[in-house]
Amino acid sequence: MVPCRVGGAFSFMSHRGFVWLCLLPLVVLTAAFFLVPMARLLVTGAEGPHGLAEYLAILTEPRYRATLVNTVLLAAATTVATMIVATVVGLFLQRHRVVGRSLMIAALTFPLAFPGVVVGFMIILLAGRQGLLGALSTRLGGDKIVFAYSIYGLFFGYLYFSIPRVILTIMAAAQKLDPGLEEAARSLGAGPWSVQRDVVLPALAPAFVASGAIAFATAMGAFGTAFTLATNIDVLPMLIYTEFTLAGNLATSAALSVGLGIITWLILALARSFSGNAVAAAG
Amino acid sequence: MVRDRLIFTGQLLFTLLVAAFLIVPAGLSIAAGVTVNYFRGIQSGLTLQWVAQVWELYAGTIVSSFVIAFATLAVTLLAGVPAAYALLVRGGRLARMIEEIITLPVAVPGLAIALALLLTYGGFGAFRRSWLFIVVGHVVFTMPFMVRSVMAVFATVDIKTLDEGAASLGAPAWRRFWDVIVPNGIPGILAGSLMVITLSLGEFNLTWMLHTPLTKTLPIGLADSYASMRLEVASAYTLVFFVMIIPLLVAMQWIADTRGVR
Repeated sequence: MVPCRVGGAFSFMSHRGFVWLCLLPLVVLTAAFFLVPMARLLVTGAEGPHGLAEYLAILTEPRYRATLVNTVLLAAATTVATMIVATVVGLFLQRHRVVGRSLMIAALTFPLAFPGVVVGFMIILLAGRQGLLGALSTRLGGDKIVFAYSIYGLFFGYLYFSIPRVILTIMAAAQKLDPGLEEAARSLGAGPWSVQRDVVLPALAPAFVASGAIAFATAMGAFGTAFTLATNIDVLPMLIYTEFTLAGNLATSAALSVGLGIITWLILALARSFSGNAVAAAG
Repeated sequence: MVRDRLIFTGQLLFTLLVAAFLIVPAGLSIAAGVTVNYFRGIQSGLTLQWVAQVWELYAGTIVSSFVIAFATLAVTLLAGVPAAYALLVRGGRLARMIEEIITLPVAVPGLAIALALLLTYGGFGAFRRSWLFIVVGHVVFTMPFMVRSVMAVFATVDIKTLDEGAASLGAPAWRRFWDVIVPNGIPGILAGSLMVITLSLGEFNLTWMLHTPLTKTLPIGLADSYASMRLEVASAYTLVFFVMIIPLLVAMQWIADTRGVR
């Protein structure tokens, strides 16, 4: 084939030019609808009566600080619980071909696409006023169990949201483990616990860090679940929402959401630098 | 060994418990959506009246959710696929920086992005009131998933060599892109598209702030029904959402499986 030098209407364009052209729509969209708005958000945060000090309010104002501590504690508790549950379940399903395994995996991953609002509703069906736990506990003669509308409801909501994601990550990581390592450890006389502790868990560390960070960041920033469960749960996203819509407090809500954004971004960035790439879907 | 059996049984029971925690509420919601009276239980009879009522009340939200999801998909395809190619071919620090920036919306809570969009474009009345405003939010949020999914596939087929090969045969850049690059990226484009549609259909955090009474999407309607409708209607609405989302999940799983086999 003879290389032809004239190749149609666009042949005047250099390769470099074409690559730039390919990038252009994305750059324009990102600049117009993400970078400029984010800059505006930053500026708005400093335009309140307190000026730049508004950014410190998240730490100095007792009410905001309490909410921040509350949110961090909730996110940490959710993350720890999710990691434990997902590790036990994920390793079990990866190791044992039990009857109904694929059905269990289907059940465990079905909620993957549920938005936060739907997760909230699931918790209401489980532990709300007309919920399953309440009905069961009264039938058994006890007090009616209702915790959906409190911080415990939110805890279980985030657990519900994060477990499927983390299980998938752990199963994928466990699949890549070399079974020879475990056998070697066992043949050297290590008991089942020390094999888990010294061989399996360290090998899964990158997966733990990546999925733990995602679970934490999601629990910090998610809004839908808290919104569905109750409007008076004291977490940062709800505070931002009420400051903006009810109090009309633009500067405070902007400063708080910048703070929240920095926290979640920092956690994910730290985790990524530790364990390679991970893209999260925060709902 | 007795201890091994004990550990196994314990793990099995725990796994079943966790699976129940996740699937029982979904099952309850499906059951409640087709039950005449949830409080009296399934013996009160089965009915589709709640689904019909959902359709009457919320058909508009379902339609606009699909319109917004496909508009979002169109924009992410048109901007995202060429960008994935450019970022991979160009490489270097600038490409990494751009990738980093477009991935930020994954890490920054939707609430913050929505607030930023409102502060910047809230004054443009016609734009703010139209469903395009929601599309913009969804595009910002879903773009990284499209770009990364396509880039991942481009990286495995060594797009640079293919591109250079086609260039040495004299094909102009845009032809190479259309005839060589895009066909090789199909699995990533497909996976990214499913992801974008699924995320857009379920997006709430941004959409709640950006919507107006005339631009409600399905998750907005869901939140509304959870707050103000009887449990059966809310459940039937959730059932409709499940029916919409399950084919997408199955397709995504299928793509992941076929890719795993290869």
